[in-house]
Amino acid sequence: MKTYDIVIVGGGPAGLAAAVAAKEAGNDSILILERDHELGGILNQCIHNGFGLHTFKEELTGPEYAYRFIKQVLDLGIEYKLNTMVMDIAADKTVTAMNREDGMFQIPAKAVILAMGCRERPRGALNIPGYRPAGIFSAGTAQRLVNIEGYMPGREVVILGSGDIGLIMARRMTLEGAKVKVVAELLPYSGGLKRNIVQCLDDYGIPLKLSHTVVDIEGKEHVTAVTIAEVGPDRKPIPGTEERYTCDTLLLSCGLIPENELSRSAGVQMSPITSGPVVNESLETNIPGVFACGNVLHVHDLVDYVSEEAKRAGQNAVKYINDGCKNAEASDVIELVATEGARYTVPSTINKSRMDDLLTVRFRVGDVYKNSFVSVYFDDERVMHNEKRILAPGEMEQIILQKKKLDEYPNLKKITVKIEKE
Amino acid sequence: METRELTCIGCPMGCLLTVTLDNGEVTEVKGNTCAKGDIYARKEVVNPTRIVTSTVKITSGDKERVSVKTANDIPKNKIFEVMKDIDAAEVKAPVKIGDVLVKNVAGTGVDVIATRNVEAV
Ligand SMILES: Cc1cc2nc3c(=O)[nH]c(=O)nc-3n(C[C@H](O)[C@H](O)[C@H](O)COP(=O)(O)OP(=O)(O)OC[C@H]3O[C@@H](n4cnc5c(N)ncnc54)[C@H](O)[C@@H]3O)c2cc1C
Ligand code: SF4
Repeated sequence: MKTYDIVIVGGGPAGLAAAVAAKEAGNDSILILERDHELGGILNQCIHNGFGLHTFKEELTGPEYAYRFIKQVLDLGIEYKLNTMVMDIAADKTVTAMNREDGMFQIPAKAVILAMGCRERPRGALNIPGYRPAGIFSAGTAQRLVNIEGYMPGREVVILGSGDIGLIMARRMTLEGAKVKVVAELLPYSGGLKRNIVQCLDDYGIPLKLSHTVVDIEGKEHVTAVTIAEVGPDRKPIPGTEERYTCDTLLLSCGLIPENELSRSAGVQMSPITSGPVVNESLETNIPGVFACGNVLHVHDLVDYVSEEAKRAGQNAVKYINDGCKNAEASDVIELVATEGARYTVPSTINKSRMDDLLTVRFRVGDVYKNSFVSVYFDDERVMHNEKRILAPGEMEQIILQKKKLDEYPNLKKITVKIEKE
Repeated sequence: METRELTCIGCPMGCLLTVTLDNGEVTEVKGNTCAKGDIYARKEVVNPTRIVTSTVKITSGDKERVSVKTANDIPKNKIFEVMKDIDAAEVKAPVKIGDVLVKNVAGTGVDVIATRNVEAV
């Protein structure tokens, strides 16, 4: 089998942008491995518009956004293999994959970029009591059925979870003639974008019930009705608040989780908060030369940020190879800590000698904060204090660190990001 | 005098806007925290429009459906008429991004265009 400098696992927006950036940075030995029969990843089924406002200054649909990058990959002559499942990544960066033409094969690589995206949380984790009749789908599965296969899973729908995919599917199924009766959300706020709540629910008079959950599913063979109830602050159902809805379909939209089986078995260190790899300023994992970007690293809500992040992973992989695949000395490593409202940061460490002039640090908050401040501390000194009218768990936040500024603190050990009331 | 309640979609604050109308003319917008909310409310109350996205049946292609969108936004109250025309349409592969698949959909003066390529097989 041929060898490659850079093997990219996954041909979604992250993998595509990483490949284009690596090629543009001067590397000609790149291979993308994609298990699906086409490039583009999850965007192929996201036929709604709203993608790319940051990158292209226009509102594209998912397939159009994906095609902008697919076209660059084709024009640049970057190699890719479809219908090819990556089975294993060894710590020495040998990638084992399988497809019908080549069977099982191994590719030794100098650098590997993880871009496997994420999957939906399985319903098993939801613990809904009752039988498991037909008619229960994850929102993403329903999206694929309706948009790719042209098949409507049902006519009368209840949706549990108000994440963006659930909201988008409420509108999509309504447009195709279904009656969406209610969207129930366990939390007291929706994780979905305001725009989606207005344009997918309010536009069609679909009620959103916050602090509600499913307490019963009726139907032995097929769903016939779903009962929801209000939950108290302990998230337990409050007796007497039950409402029953007859329906033939229950969609679950309960969040996404990075797809990291491969990373784990390769020995990549994982963050328990993001369920993605722990990375440094170069988006490199604890295994030198293994990089991660996109939804496999942490769940993004805007694909523009995925592309931007992936571009950096691609460039850094080339830099790593050009530097002779050496691990930079670990002497001036600065730790990044998220606390008091900030849940995590990507990256988790900064190696100052390898840092660019500007470094984007992305993070999420754990709750809704109004009129608060995003504060950054260099050791014990507060160096940034940005007022924010609103911070919400559904929206990724970012701060930008200047290398110049870090240079003023030669003994800096720790950078802390936190949310403060004043 | 008439009042309407809206949620601003300008940012995650999601301000609750109260719009006062007099004979179809906006006389006051309340509840917005910034100017964006005022602009949004005036447009949304007088002339709400949306882009509609869906799929169209395609024959002799390497896919069953081709994803589509209205090339521009259409009046909100025409969404279901537009969907009816989109659902009735059937096209033949090949199709390229941007190809017009339904002309002047539901008499809106707006075309429905393909948002992905489908090869003929
Ligand atoms: C249902 C849904 C709706 C969304 N809606 C919006 C929206 O409205 N606006 C917006 O900006 N963003 C939206 N997003 C987010 C955006 O689509 C994602 O952030 C983006 O697609 C992530 O890109 P990715 O390349 O990291 O992952 P993906 O697009 O998931 O791509 C990962 C690719 O890796 C492949 N892969 C995985 N494992 C293997 C393996 N072992 N071997 C080979 N290949 C493998 C997969 O087949 C897939 O093609 C949505 C996401 C989802 C899931
Ligand atoms: S009015 Fe301004 S602050 Fe309020 S939601 Fe709209 S854009 Fe945000």
